[in-house]
Amino acid sequence: MNDFLQLCFAGLALGSRYALVALGFVIIYKATGVINFAQGSMVTLGAYFAYNFHKTWGLPFALAVVMAVVAGGLVGALIQRLLLRRMVGRPVFGVIMITIGLLFLLTEVMASVWGYDARDLGDPWGIDTVKVGGVVLSVKDLWGIALAGVVLLAFFVFFKFSGIGLAMRAAAFDQEAALARGISVRRVFGWSWAIAGAVAALAGISLGSGPAAVTPSLGLIALAAFPAMILGGLDSPLGAVIGGVVIGVTQTLTAGYQPEYAAFLGTNFHVVMPYVVMIAILLVRPYGLLGTKEVHRL
Amino acid sequence: MTPFRKDSANPTMVRDYGDDLHIFASRQTRVALGLLVVLAVLAPLKLSNFQSTVLDYAGIASIGAIGLNLLTGFTGQVSLGHAFFLGTGSYTAAYLGGQRHWPFLVFLLAAAAVGALVGAVVGPFALRLRGNYLAIITVGLVFTGQHVFESWTSVTGGLNGTSVAAPPRIGPVDFSRLVIFGHRFGRDQGFLFVIWALVALVALTSKNLVRSRSGRALQAVRDRDVAAEVIGIRLARYKVLAFVVSSSLAALAGALFGSYQQFVAPGDFGLVVSLQYIAMIVVGGVGTTFGPILGALFITAMPRLIEQFSDRIPGVASSPGAKGITIFSLNQAIFGSLIIAFLVLEPRGLAALWLRVKAYFRAWPLSY
Repeated sequence: MNDFLQLCFAGLALGSRYALVALGFVIIYKATGVINFAQGSMVTLGAYFAYNFHKTWGLPFALAVVMAVVAGGLVGALIQRLLLRRMVGRPVFGVIMITIGLLFLLTEVMASVWGYDARDLGDPWGIDTVKVGGVVLSVKDLWGIALAGVVLLAFFVFFKFSGIGLAMRAAAFDQEAALARGISVRRVFGWSWAIAGAVAALAGISLGSGPAAVTPSLGLIALAAFPAMILGGLDSPLGAVIGGVVIGVTQTLTAGYQPEYAAFLGTNFHVVMPYVVMIAILLVRPYGLLGTKEVHRL
Repeated sequence: MTPFRKDSANPTMVRDYGDDLHIFASRQTRVALGLLVVLAVLAPLKLSNFQSTVLDYAGIASIGAIGLNLLTGFTGQVSLGHAFFLGTGSYTAAYLGGQRHWPFLVFLLAAAAVGALVGAVVGPFALRLRGNYLAIITVGLVFTGQHVFESWTSVTGGLNGTSVAAPPRIGPVDFSRLVIFGHRFGRDQGFLFVIWALVALVALTSKNLVRSRSGRALQAVRDRDVAAEVIGIRLARYKVLAFVVSSSLAALAGALFGSYQQFVAPGDFGLVVSLQYIAMIVVGGVGTTFGPILGALFITAMPRLIEQFSDRIPGVASSPGAKGITIFSLNQAIFGSLIIAFLVLEPRGLAALWLRVKAYFRAWPLSY
């Protein structure tokens, strides 16, 4: 039983990281209808920013985190301003391809600046643990889970009560109607990329701190966050968090039990488990658990 | 009857439905294509091993890209799962051609059939989804495929890969050791004949499919799927048709890839490969017949050329550990920038650049 709880906790910790990455996807998708394939490199970039501020410049960890989040937001806004603003009115396919191009470009820019070696980002908690019942919880994981919870809460407050948040909801609901009411859709797009960049930086720090060091391949986890995002439905922040947790727990449980009970599925099956879950869910619910069903009109 | 006679100054102008259905737009096109065929037959005599290798890989990629273009360019379904079907073809070739010693043409056909079969099984499920959801679920296909390629060791050799001992022998002629009138062709040059003959065949088939009833149905699905359904096109059937043809061509390309490279490993069929194929049709020109071939040439040749001439490009590290950007990084960065540049500046791709040049010279010196 303790083993099971321990695995569930590990899954929750992993899932909260998926959720942070997936939230970045969702906010861009909700506002602009585009899946941002470069989200993974934005995650890595945020982690490298934090590394640079904390280790190279010697700033305190908390300040480095705040600065990395701001810098990540600026990069997101810059990408939108320089490239994607030109693509307004073009097919979505083209915009997605641009984000794929960005994925390649950003990855190599980072590799050229910081190299391929693993960089130790460090964190204030190290390997501290707390024992609850028979389950060992690491403080770092608890912070990760709390972070995902706080960001989700901040999203709800932001969308519900702030002017920009309201404008973003309106633009997501109906762009033309929003334009007619005097909402600057361009500014909404800019803000959504900035927020996605900031959330990506947070996710990167959560992934790269502690024993897990920062490497150029950190962003690959964004690919594992695809299932989380799809599972919840592309345009639902709450769905992203639920999807993240479901995928995380499924993955750790598979890693814990599959080698013993279903060995014929091969080694490392837990790596592909999220995709299997995703494919299964999509076949039953083509718009994810909480996604908006598309309405076909002639 | 239309009162207009065909204007010899502008033969590509479409004046009636018959013009639109022509397989070659004009006599000039036919002559140009004929010259291209003659060139392709003579070229292997003169090409170096390096040049032949580049063209071999480009030809293989062309076949895959033509397949993807039918699905993405003509039917409008974005699939990132192409690498999975390439892998399916490669491993079929490795098993049937290498382990079972089936003849070349037979295992090529078998690979295409296996690709079509897998496509027919996966297609109906995947194509329930549209747009973004389809793109993502096909990403899932690539990752699950990778797992199968790594785990099914008796066929795939697992992580370490497997050798593909399947020479391109058709009847008594072995194209990897080709001798014509006493001239001995190298392995790379001999393969050119096989690969580019297949490219021509596949391109012709694709062009014919596109101008048939089915092809028009595919394009109707791309342009507006609901409207297509309303005028009586069965969406499910045509989407699956495009998916099946596309995956079978990908598997054919994969089988050729295995036979040419003589060794395949799961790393050859990762998500990056799918992205490269998408890049080929974007750079070449989405929804044209010649575009995917141009794109495949461009995307496969570029990294090899950069590698070849890396010592002359300033700021590139020539040896590991030296100062400067690595060749690999440079390649990836250029690849990414190219995709962005094409989409922002010329979304219709290389094919459209060519049309522009042609239009410019047709009116020269009065270029407007």
